[in-house]
Amino acid sequence: MKVVLRELTKIFPSRDKKDKTEVVAVDDFNIEIPDGKLVGLLGPSGCGKSTALNLICGLEKPTRGQIFFGDEDVTDLPPEERGVGMVFQNYALYPHMTVEKNITFPLENFKGDKKLTKEEMSAKALEAAKLVQIEALMARKPKEMSGGQQQRVAIARALVKRPKILLLDEPLSNLDARLRLQTREEIRRIQRETGITTIFVTHDQEEAMSISDMIVVMKSGRIHQVGRPQEVYDKPVNLFVAKFLGTPAINVFKGYIRNKGLYISDSKVMDIDSPDREVFIGIRPEGFILEENGPLECRLDRVEVMGRDISVVSFHDAATEAGTVCVRSIISAENDVDESKDKVRFSLKPNKVHVFDAQTEEVIR
Amino acid sequence: MKKLRLDHNLTGWLYMLPAILFLGVFMVYPLIDVLIYSVEENYNFASQVYSGYGFFNYSYVLHDTYFVQALKNTFIIVIITVPVSTGLALLISLGLSSIGKVQSLFQTVYFLPYVTNTLAVGLVFMVLFKKTAYSDGLINLLINAFGGKSIDFIDGPYWAKIMVMCIYTIWVVIPFKILILTSALASVNQDYYKAARVDGTSPFRIFYRITLPMISSTIFYLIITGFIGAFKAYSDEVALFGTDLNSAGMNTIVGYVYDMLYGNSGGYPSYASAAALILFAIVFTITVINLLISKKAMTQ
Repeated sequence: MKVVLRELTKIFPSRDKKDKTEVVAVDDFNIEIPDGKLVGLLGPSGCGKSTALNLICGLEKPTRGQIFFGDEDVTDLPPEERGVGMVFQNYALYPHMTVEKNITFPLENFKGDKKLTKEEMSAKALEAAKLVQIEALMARKPKEMSGGQQQRVAIARALVKRPKILLLDEPLSNLDARLRLQTREEIRRIQRETGITTIFVTHDQEEAMSISDMIVVMKSGRIHQVGRPQEVYDKPVNLFVAKFLGTPAINVFKGYIRNKGLYISDSKVMDIDSPDREVFIGIRPEGFILEENGPLECRLDRVEVMGRDISVVSFHDAATEAGTVCVRSIISAENDVDESKDKVRFSLKPNKVHVFDAQTEEVIR
Repeated sequence: MKKLRLDHNLTGWLYMLPAILFLGVFMVYPLIDVLIYSVEENYNFASQVYSGYGFFNYSYVLHDTYFVQALKNTFIIVIITVPVSTGLALLISLGLSSIGKVQSLFQTVYFLPYVTNTLAVGLVFMVLFKKTAYSDGLINLLINAFGGKSIDFIDGPYWAKIMVMCIYTIWVVIPFKILILTSALASVNQDYYKAARVDGTSPFRIFYRITLPMISSTIFYLIITGFIGAFKAYSDEVALFGTDLNSAGMNTIVGYVYDMLYGNSGGYPSYASAAALILFAIVFTITVINLLISKKAMTQ
């Protein structure tokens, strides 16, 4: 099922009596999420991504705007009539019920024609449990299981009704690092197998990039960029998106454009076809080439060996000015960096260099 | 080997000494003393002599019409007030937790009887129910307004008196239960309700399948302490019907024990002890049954 958000806005009234400023949690959302895709809502804490999810789910009423599932306007429908399945951050498994009871709980609410017999419910529960591979744990209570297993039960409970849309709120945040890797593959697999349009919320860009078909980058209630992960990574529309995506983070320098040349601290690093102005220059760690006569000169701090690659850590005043504490470049281990020197020079890969206007922070190239 | 163990444990016993001493003096010794009193036949309080040991005191108490009356009253109060007050408290707490802004105001209002003195509440009930030379009481005024005849709630028929007694008891015990239940309800994670809403669960089912199991331990706690408290009722009866409960026909077991010790018919510690131990046996049995039921219900 396709999901369309049109001018969707959610404003929370201020709770503070003295400070009457409202909180705009979701600000004028316009996106179309294609059918059968896995979409990651990505943004820093407090950017409104969970509110957006709650709006799609129906747990919150929008202040303005519309939500469509397919061609149907569901803006005023309560959650149970939308046909959504939701997995909560803390899983919200009913602690007094067994896994099987938890999974059949949504089915027991069906009324009228849709009412199921006990056998049908068990069969459906087993089917959902098999999908997430917990069929051996049906008699357990939630507290007798690990976090990863609880997560699977929560997904099974959300899937048992065959929802049109599956929503996951920070699905991996309560898991340890190893389980997180495993579970995100699992979510990808389940989504592929069921073909259900899935929207998940995360603040971890790596998580979102690795499994999503499409990511939506948000900040302070606004959508900054929508696109395929690689596309958003390669062509960030503004400085925030460039900084938010990628580990290690992008290196930002202060610089300027003069006579179709891009300058960092008076050395021309690249040609650029744009009018003269002050700019921020973002260079991905993999965008540096070690070159004896390269235009960019940095003060060498140390070299970190990572096996296949080496990471050269250095300093540059123009980077410090732009808030980048140290310039981190990742280059192939075949290069040899002389650590006894205190200077290192780079040339740049043009497609890994992003230039943003210093005032608007919007991308120039 | 054994000696070594004793040495080792000595420190432990030393640590426990204060607790053992206190419990011994104030709990174990009185209990044993009561037990001894209750089996000493024909005990004379003045000369401190008795004729022998036996179960006559128990037999006397159980055949005493006043005790039988007290037993009946106590059981009626327990059976009516515990379920009604717990149920009402649950309803009120559910209401309180679903209203937003004025919740704290209502919470305070409902909690007032708890911090009010029993006798002062008794006075309020007098205004409501007692017939005096000047007025028949507020409730009777209401009954009259609807065309009914005045009922003497304090000195009148038994059913009227026991009804007032039960209302009074419920009134007194309900604030504490509301306090405990509202905090229990508040501690249930809101995500459970959200999850249930997404699945289209009806409010009744949410209450029955989620809320109730989540706060069941609190409810059982309230029921168990409610039973124990109601069995030990006494001061509430005094507040409504005065100290001569036997002639009012409104005595309770604890009231009977007190009367046997210090009341007009007092000076019989043996009978009082026997009655106290009978009460103990009843409370103990009921509590054990309660615990068994709650354990079974909670593991389900």
